[in-house]
Amino acid sequence: MCLGIPGQIVSISDADNSMAMVDVSGVQREVNIMCIVEPNTNAQDYIGEWVLVHVGFAMSHLDEEEAQRTLALLQELGEFQEELDAMKEQEPQQAGESQ
Amino acid sequence: MKYVDEFRDPDTARKLVQQIQRLTDSIMAKRAEAGYTMPLQLMEFCGGHTHTIFRYGIEQLLPDTIELVHGPGCPVCVLPRGRVDDAVALASRPEVIFTTFGDAMRVPGSQKSLLQAKADGADIRMVYSPLDALKLAKENPEREVIFFALGFETTMPSTALTLLQAERQGITNFSLFCNHITTVPTIDAILGDPDMILDGFLAPGHVSMVIGEEPFQFVAKEFHKPLVITGFEPLDILQSLTMVLLQINEGRTEVENQYKRVVQKQGNSPGQQAIETVFEIRDFFELRGLGSVDHSGVRIRDAYARYDAERKFPLSLTGGGITVTDPAGCQCGDVLKGLIRPWQCTQFGEQCTPQTPMGALMVSSEGACAAYYQYSDVQELKLKRSHQKESVSA
Amino acid sequence: MSADVSQEKITLGTITMAHGSGGKAMEELIRTVFVEAFNSNHDNPQLASLEDQARFDLAALQQQGNRLAFTTDSYVVDPLFFPGGDIGKLAVTGTVNDLAMGGAKPLYLSCGFIIEEGLPIDTLKKVVRSMQQTAVEAGVSIVTGDTKVVHKGSCDKLFINTAGVGVIAEGVNISAHNAQAGDAIIINGYLGDHGAAIVDARGDLALQNTIESDCQPLNDLVQAMLAVCPDIHCLRDATRGGLATVLNEFAQASNCSMQVDETKLPIRDEVRGMCEILGLDPLYLANEGKLVAVVPAAAAEKLIAVMQNHRAGRHSTIIGQVKALSKPVSKPSVLMTTGFGSQRIVDRLVGEQLPRIC
Ligand code: SF4
Repeated sequence: MCLGIPGQIVSISDADNSMAMVDVSGVQREVNIMCIVEPNTNAQDYIGEWVLVHVGFAMSHLDEEEAQRTLALLQELGEFQEELDAMKEQEPQQAGESQ
Repeated sequence: MKYVDEFRDPDTARKLVQQIQRLTDSIMAKRAEAGYTMPLQLMEFCGGHTHTIFRYGIEQLLPDTIELVHGPGCPVCVLPRGRVDDAVALASRPEVIFTTFGDAMRVPGSQKSLLQAKADGADIRMVYSPLDALKLAKENPEREVIFFALGFETTMPSTALTLLQAERQGITNFSLFCNHITTVPTIDAILGDPDMILDGFLAPGHVSMVIGEEPFQFVAKEFHKPLVITGFEPLDILQSLTMVLLQINEGRTEVENQYKRVVQKQGNSPGQQAIETVFEIRDFFELRGLGSVDHSGVRIRDAYARYDAERKFPLSLTGGGITVTDPAGCQCGDVLKGLIRPWQCTQFGEQCTPQTPMGALMVSSEGACAAYYQYSDVQELKLKRSHQKESVSA
Repeated sequence: MSADVSQEKITLGTITMAHGSGGKAMEELIRTVFVEAFNSNHDNPQLASLEDQARFDLAALQQQGNRLAFTTDSYVVDPLFFPGGDIGKLAVTGTVNDLAMGGAKPLYLSCGFIIEEGLPIDTLKKVVRSMQQTAVEAGVSIVTGDTKVVHKGSCDKLFINTAGVGVIAEGVNISAHNAQAGDAIIINGYLGDHGAAIVDARGDLALQNTIESDCQPLNDLVQAMLAVCPDIHCLRDATRGGLATVLNEFAQASNCSMQVDETKLPIRDEVRGMCEILGLDPLYLANEGKLVAVVPAAAAEKLIAVMQNHRAGRHSTIIGQVKALSKPVSKPSVLMTTGFGSQRIVDRLVGEQLPRIC
């Protein structure tokens, strides 16, 4: 449900109606950014931001820090698994010795 | 950071899969002690997740002791037949330009789909956004442009804001045929079913992006099931599975958020406000495959009645409450609840194929049955089904 | 094409029913639009004679091969002009490519025009000139034709049918049934450009991009390939239904499994972007200048080198391998190893690919 894709705001096309051009891999589409513009800020300030687009509306900022954190966590999980694997490799040896 | 490729890395996936294996082993060992050997049943609610799972072949990477149950979270699939009939009736009016998302065109009504109605001469246009429909209304002042509004909470702000924009711009030849449905009552209905055997949930990331984390707390608190809000790339799915399994292994039931790069705890408040302004909860709405579910749909508030196609053209409609029952033999409900796998339905690949969908789940490529049909060896699955039958009857 | 300026003098206006009546208006249209373009170099004697049929010397044909290839196709593309091409260019490349995929050297084309009244004559002229230009590029002549005008609403602006004949040289035997375990699967460049360009040119979805149709004749490329590898097993252009459909056809006809590697598939970023936005799968997008070849593994590298040297094959690459059927998927099928390291079946499409929201 709810196909949403990350894209980057490249320009503001119609500030009165909160419309911006968003780029996805070189394809651009006009998108409404009303839901992500904070009160008392200027639409222009959002140029360069990554947003999540659903049916022509930007519905969320993409948080680079959080994304990095998730990737780091994934990395850690992986490394933890490697340690486990290393431990496992030692186990059968020990078993062999005790025989 | 492109927010896409980073989350498709095969090396990380391999390690996560090992982690998942280890966790399931541990959980299954504990269960075996308790004399309980049923595989873990984890539901991904959202059709977008189902799509990722099939597109990246995630199921075959997982241990046999995990079964993924593909939930009802495809708003196109669960569109009841009566509502499609209504859509066809509206679209067939000569003054109407009927606008819709592409994937809703193929959903069969009791007579025909929108695609067939178009072939019969109805003016039906595919749009990418409700704003495109509004633009058509502006360009065609002598016609009535109706937008087929469907989807869960993710899509509601878009249609609500489009309606508000129409009002602001004084456009009167525009209306919504509202079929929006809500996630929480639907999950509630699934969990409340006495036959339910689910062990944990992957919750829809993009719905959460709008409504936030809070509305899912009842799953952990009342039903004591782990739930993880999940993103849509393959690594998101694997990581969320790991998080659900960790909860099960440690005996926790919590709402966790794997998709923090997009989903904020409190959701998107301008979006929530737009929903609140324009829509109100219906007493009940029908979901194809699940039947009537209390409070599962929204309608347009009285203040915006002039933008409501149901009220603008009342005569042609079944009224949204009248059920057109699904064909006999369709087992979509059982599949949705995880009681059977799609290929165990006796209609699968026989009467029911993507060309001739009988049930909801065969309709859109997000539907579990359609995904099985598209991405696996149908002959093998049929064989498997007949073997099972033999062994049951033997 | 040496479009001489005097051509511009013909009455600009719109097509009316009179242009299809068989009378003077029609004769003038044929002379000033069709013959003018298709015989612009005065090297098209079959057409210039204006007989009811083109006539060929059999002996001359026989010198080029021992079999005649004959094909037809109709073109109804909307819009008539799109980035990278138009209906005229398409009508020539499509039929030329259908001949080329059998290993034939395309020689002569016919054309039938069904025109909706009200079409600007200028539009028709543009299309016809584009056909001629493409025919010159492909080395074929348009030698006979027909025009019909229909009432408003009976067709959409302009439909074109072309048929073509070509000659297949001795020893060439290309067929979808010929794939063998171990063969390499080759594609001559980026996938999905045409489909993406058309989706976009229809304009309903308001996407801005620079994607152009890949519409191009492939006959010269095929001749270059045959020169280094006369033993090409299968060859098909990946038009409607895209790469996925052609591979499924090969798998079925040859009773084997076609295995491709997702990371090897050449797809432009922009096409990828458009697919992400609309929820489309580039494997099913149409192409109009892409061929899929199944060739003996030993010849693959040599072929790639030749193809990459050819204008129509700069981005040629090996995308996979033919395998014998074996468990777990024992029916003829296309298997893709995803960039994620897993495998999935790539089935044929059920209907038209529709953009999705979910
Ligand atoms: S195979 Fe068809 S009828 Fe059976 S559960 Fe799936 S969609 Fe429903």
